[in-house]
Amino acid sequence: MPENLTPNPEAGAPRGKREGKVSNYKIEHFVAPISETPLQGVDAVKETGKPLSMWAEAWRSLRKRPLFIISSILIVAIIVVAALPNLFTSVDPTHCVLENSNGPAVSGHPMGYNFQGCDIYSRAIYGTRASLMVGVFTTILTVLLGTTIGALAGYYGGWLDAVLARLGDVFFALPLILGAIIMMQLPVFRDNKSPWTVIVTLAVFGWPQIARIARGAVIEVRNADFVTASRALGLSRFKALLRHVVPNSLAPIIVVSTVNLGVYIVAEATLSFIGVGLPPDIMSWGNDIASAQTQLRSNPMVLMWPALFLSVTVLSFIMLGDAVRDALDPKARKGA
Amino acid sequence: MRNSHASKALALSAALALTLTACGGGNEAGGNGGGGDTNKVITANTTEPQHGLLPANTNEVGGGRVMDMIFTGLVSYDAKGKVVNELAESIETEDSQNYTIKIKADQKFSDGSPITSSSFVDAWNFGAAAKNAQLNSYFFESIKGFDEVQAKDAKTDVMEGLKVVDETTFTVELSQPESDFPQRLGYTAFYPLPEAAFEDPDAFGQNPVGNGPYKLTEWNHDVNLMLEPNENYDGPREAQNGGINFKVYQSTEAAYQDLVSDNLDVLDQVPPMNLAQYQDDLGDRSVNSPYAGNATITIPSYLDHFKQDEEGNLRRQAISMSIDRQQIIDKIYYGGKVIAKDFTAPVLEGYNDALPGAEVLTYNPEEAKKRWAEAEKISKFGDSELTIGYNVDGAGNKEYVEAVVNQVKNNLGINVAPKPYTSFKELRNEVTKYKMTGAFRTGWQADYPSLYNFLGPLFGTDAGSNDGKYSSEEFDKALSEGLAAKTPQEGAEVFNKAQEILMKDLPAIPLWYQAVQGGWSNNVENVTFGWNGVPLYQEITGK
Amino acid sequence: MISFVLKRFLQLIPVFIGATLLVYFLVFATPGDPIAALSGGKPMSPAVEDALRAQYNLDKPFWVQYGLYLKNLFTFDLGMSFSGQEVKDLLARAFPVTARLAVIAMAIEAVFGIIFGVIAGMRKGKIFDSTVLVLSLLVIAVPTFVLGFVLQVVVGVQLGWAKPTVSGQATWGELILPGLVLGLVSFAYVLRLTRTSVIENKTADYVRTATAKGLSRPRVITVHILRNSLIPVVTYLGADLGALMGGAIVTEGIFNVPGIGNLLFKAIRFGETPTVVAIVGVLVIIFVVANLVVDMLYALLDPRIRYA
Repeated sequence: MPENLTPNPEAGAPRGKREGKVSNYKIEHFVAPISETPLQGVDAVKETGKPLSMWAEAWRSLRKRPLFIISSILIVAIIVVAALPNLFTSVDPTHCVLENSNGPAVSGHPMGYNFQGCDIYSRAIYGTRASLMVGVFTTILTVLLGTTIGALAGYYGGWLDAVLARLGDVFFALPLILGAIIMMQLPVFRDNKSPWTVIVTLAVFGWPQIARIARGAVIEVRNADFVTASRALGLSRFKALLRHVVPNSLAPIIVVSTVNLGVYIVAEATLSFIGVGLPPDIMSWGNDIASAQTQLRSNPMVLMWPALFLSVTVLSFIMLGDAVRDALDPKARKGA
Repeated sequence: MRNSHASKALALSAALALTLTACGGGNEAGGNGGGGDTNKVITANTTEPQHGLLPANTNEVGGGRVMDMIFTGLVSYDAKGKVVNELAESIETEDSQNYTIKIKADQKFSDGSPITSSSFVDAWNFGAAAKNAQLNSYFFESIKGFDEVQAKDAKTDVMEGLKVVDETTFTVELSQPESDFPQRLGYTAFYPLPEAAFEDPDAFGQNPVGNGPYKLTEWNHDVNLMLEPNENYDGPREAQNGGINFKVYQSTEAAYQDLVSDNLDVLDQVPPMNLAQYQDDLGDRSVNSPYAGNATITIPSYLDHFKQDEEGNLRRQAISMSIDRQQIIDKIYYGGKVIAKDFTAPVLEGYNDALPGAEVLTYNPEEAKKRWAEAEKISKFGDSELTIGYNVDGAGNKEYVEAVVNQVKNNLGINVAPKPYTSFKELRNEVTKYKMTGAFRTGWQADYPSLYNFLGPLFGTDAGSNDGKYSSEEFDKALSEGLAAKTPQEGAEVFNKAQEILMKDLPAIPLWYQAVQGGWSNNVENVTFGWNGVPLYQEITGK
Repeated sequence: MISFVLKRFLQLIPVFIGATLLVYFLVFATPGDPIAALSGGKPMSPAVEDALRAQYNLDKPFWVQYGLYLKNLFTFDLGMSFSGQEVKDLLARAFPVTARLAVIAMAIEAVFGIIFGVIAGMRKGKIFDSTVLVLSLLVIAVPTFVLGFVLQVVVGVQLGWAKPTVSGQATWGELILPGLVLGLVSFAYVLRLTRTSVIENKTADYVRTATAKGLSRPRVITVHILRNSLIPVVTYLGADLGALMGGAIVTEGIFNVPGIGNLLFKAIRFGETPTVVAIVGVLVIIFVVANLVVDMLYALLDPRIRYA
C-alpha cells in the first residue's frame, strides 16, 4: 500500500499474536514461502497488519484530504464560537429594547435587531452552543443506538429482526410532538430544561430512522464475498459483523446522519415553537428561526443570519462525512 | 374567552384559538347602503366548529359565527353593541328579578315548525340541565331553579323560574335582581330550539334547523359550511346576499393568501406576518376596528410577595406602570390595539376612559421603581424570578408576553422570564387549580355587551373565571348593587365605581383593548364589522 | 416468500396493540385536562364537568379506558371526537388526502433526488455536484414554512398559476405545489444517499466488466450502477413514507390541506384520545407494510438477498 509510510514494529513478530485468525497455518500450505516471493516486503506488511488497520488506513488517508482539512478547520471554528461566544461579541443577547424592534444595522450591531429589539448577531453567536449541542449529540446518540439495533436486526434476521424492526415501527409511528410533550413532563426534564432535554427527546424518536438505514445496509453487505470469506477463515459471526459488515455499511449512515445534523437543529425550532423545546432564555438558532416566522415580510434578515450559520455548520459536517466515507472506501481511495 | 380573537395565529396552531363565541350581527334593517349584487354567495373564513351546533354548547368563534347566522334570539346586537329586539315583542320587568317576555306571533323555524314560548323555555331548560352536559349551562345560573337541575343526580330537569304563560308569552324569575339580564338574551346560549332538536340533540347538532337569516345546507367537516338565506326569517338582519360559504382554514396565513388573490371574500383576522403590510396590500378594502375584548396579565393573589395586601398591591402597581403599552401596540401590533384605561372595553355602554385611579395603567418607570422599592422594604423579593406564563398554541401570545417581560425586566431591574405552556389546555389546568407559580396572560372577550360581563365573572369572589383568586367584600357589594339597579345605565355607574377598587388591587393588569384587523376581496362591498369583531355577514353584497 | 409475507402480517397484531396501548397511555399522561380546555376558560359547573367526563370515559381508570377502546375496536367503533363526529369518518376524509399528498411528495423526492444524485455522483467534485450540494443545504437550513410561504406567494398569488390554497376536494393537481414543499427536505436525503451510493459503486468490478464488454454508458449507469445503488435509497424512502403522512403539519397548514397532520396535531392539543390513537394505529400499519415492501425490494435489487 502506498500510504503505508509508518514503520511497522510488528513485522516479523510471531504469528500467534494475531488473535482470531487461527487458520493461518493452513494458508501457508497454499502459498509459496514468503522468502521465495518477490513481493516479500508488501506481503509482510499485509499479513501482520494490526486488527484495526482499516481504521488506521482510513485515518492516514483522511488527514491528507483537502475536504477533511477544510471541514475540520470550520468545525473547530464553530466549536470555538460555541465555547467562547464572548470572544466574538460584547453585546448582551438578552438585553432587548422594544424601541429597536426590527431596527437596521448600526455600528456595534452589524446585523441589526430582531422583532423584540435584541441584537441579531449576538443572538446568533450565543445560539451556537445550544444548536451545535443539539445537532451533534442527537446525531451521535441516534447513530449509536440506531446502528446497534439496525445492524443486529439486519445481520441476524429471524425473531431478533422481527422484534427490533417492529419496535422501530412503533416508535416511528408515535408523533414526535406527543412524545416531546410527555418527555418534557418527566420531572427530571421539567425541572432543569437544557439542551439535553431536547437531545434526548429527538434521539428517542430519531433512532428508528438510522436503524432502518443500518439494517438495510447490513442486509446488503452481509452477503458480500469478503464477509463470506472472513467467515470461511474462521472469524466468529459476531466478529465478522463488527469487523467487516458494520464498517462497510457505514456510508449511508454517514450520509443520513450528516443531513440529520442540520434537520435536528431545525427540529429544535419546531419543539420550541410548541413550547416544549429550549426555555426562552437559552438562545439557539432554531429558536430564532421560529420567531422569525412572523417577521418574514417585515424583516427577513432575522431569519437569514441564523439560517446562514446553520448552513455553514451543516456544510462542514457534510464535507467531513464525505471525506470520512471516501477514506473508508478502499476503491474510492484508489481513485482519490 | 381567553385567546384574544384578533391576535395572531402561528401557522402551526391557528386552528386552535379557543375564542369565546361572539354574538353576531348588527341590526340596521336593510343595512345595504351601497346597493350591489344581492345574489352573490360570499366566502368567509372560519375554523371548524369544535362541537355540534347547539346553542348552549357553542362556546368558540368557529361555531359561534355560524350559530349567529342560522339562529336568532329574543334580541340581537347592532354594530355598536346596542340591544335591539329580534323575536321579542317586549321584555318587561318592574323589579329586575321577574321578567315577562312576549314574542312575536307567527314566527317559524327554517323547516316551517312554529316558534312559540316553549321553543325558548324548553331550549333553556335543556341547556341548563347538567345531564345534557352543555358547555354554556352557566349562562342560566341566574334563573331560579338552576341549582336544582345542576345538582348531582338531579330530580328535575326543569327550572322553576321559567313558566310558559301562553303560545307567545313566558315569564322568567331570577334568583336575585339582575338589571342586565335582558342584555344577555342575544347570546348564543339563549337561542330557541325546535321540538325536533330534543329527540336526538347530537344528530341535530350536526344538522341544525334554526330561525336566523340563513339556514345551514351543507357541512363538509374540516372543509366548509354552506349557508343559504332562510326565507322564513322575518327580522332586522335579512340577508343581502345569496348565501355564505364558510371556508374552514387551519391558519389565517393561508386565508390571507386566498384573500389577496380574491379566492376568499372576507377575512376577519389578518395574520401577524402581514400586520405591517395589510393596509398596503388591501388599500381601502381593510379595516381596523375595536371590539369588546381586552388583554390582561394576572398575578394571582396566592403567590408569595403578591398577596392581596399592601406589598402585593405595590408590586402589581409597579409592574403595571413599568409596561409601556403604547410601545408594544406600535411595535408588536403596528398600532392595531388601543391602550387600556379600565377593566372593560370601550365599545360598551357606560364605558368611562377617565376612572379615578387609572394612572396605575400609565407608563411611568420612575414611579414604578419607587413602588417596587417600597414593596422591597416590606419584604424582600430580591433576585427571585417572576415568570409570565402563556400558551403557545394561542395566536401571538409569545410576542407580546416577551415584549412585556423585557420591559418589566429593563424598567424594574428584576428577574422576569416568559414561561411557555404547550397548550391552552395545560395552562388552564394549572390556572383553574390555582397552581400557577407566576403571573400569566389573561383576557376577556364579551359574551354580551355589558360592563358587568367584564367584572362579575372575573373578579367576584369565587366567580367562575376568577383566575387570580381575588376577593374583596367591597367589590362584591358594589357588584350586587349594580345588578340591582333599575336600569342598565344606572348599573353602569355603580360598576364603574366598583372598578375604582380594582385599580387599587389590580387583580389583573389591563394591557390593551382588542381591535380586529380584517379585509375583503375585490368581489364584495358593504363590509362592516360588529361590536364583537365579527363581520356583519348578512349585509355583505357582491360588486 | 408467502410465508414470509404472512409472518409479517401476523406481526402486525402485537405491533398494533403495543402502539395503540403506548399512545393511549401517552395521551392519558399529557398534562392538562381536556374537559377544562373544552370550556375555553369559561366557568363550568362541576355537574356538567362530571357528565362530560362520563361521556368520554375520562372518569375511568386508564386500563378500563383502554379496555373499552379495544372492545369497541372489534366492532369497528373507533370512538367519537369532541366535535361529535365518528373518528372513522374523520379518518376516512383525511387519509385519502394525505395519502395523495405523500405520494406526490414521494414521487418528487424520489425522481429528482435519484436523477440529481446519479449525475452528482458520476461527476463527483464537478460544478454540478457542488451546485446540488448548495441546493440541499438550502432545503435543510431554510425551514419548510419559509419555503412554503415563498412558493405560495410566488406561484399562487403573484403568478396566479394555482390557487394559493387547496380546495376541499384536494385533487392531485392542487396538491402538486404542497407536495413539492413537503418533499424538499427528503429530497436532500435521497440526493445525498444516491450520490454516495453511486460513487461507491461506479468503481466496482462489475461496472468495469460491463463497460469493458462494450455496454453503452447510459445502460451501465441505469442497469448496473443505479440498480446496485438503490438499496439505501429505497430503505430511506420506505421509512419516509410514514413520516410524510404523519408529519405534514406545517405544509398542510400553509396550503390549508385538510389532512392527517392537522387532524393529529389538533387532537393532541385537545387531548382527544380516540382520534390520536386511531391515527397512530393506521400509521403503524403503514410503517409495517412499507417495511415489508422495502424488504421485498431488497431481494429484487440484490439477487444475493433471499427470504425463506
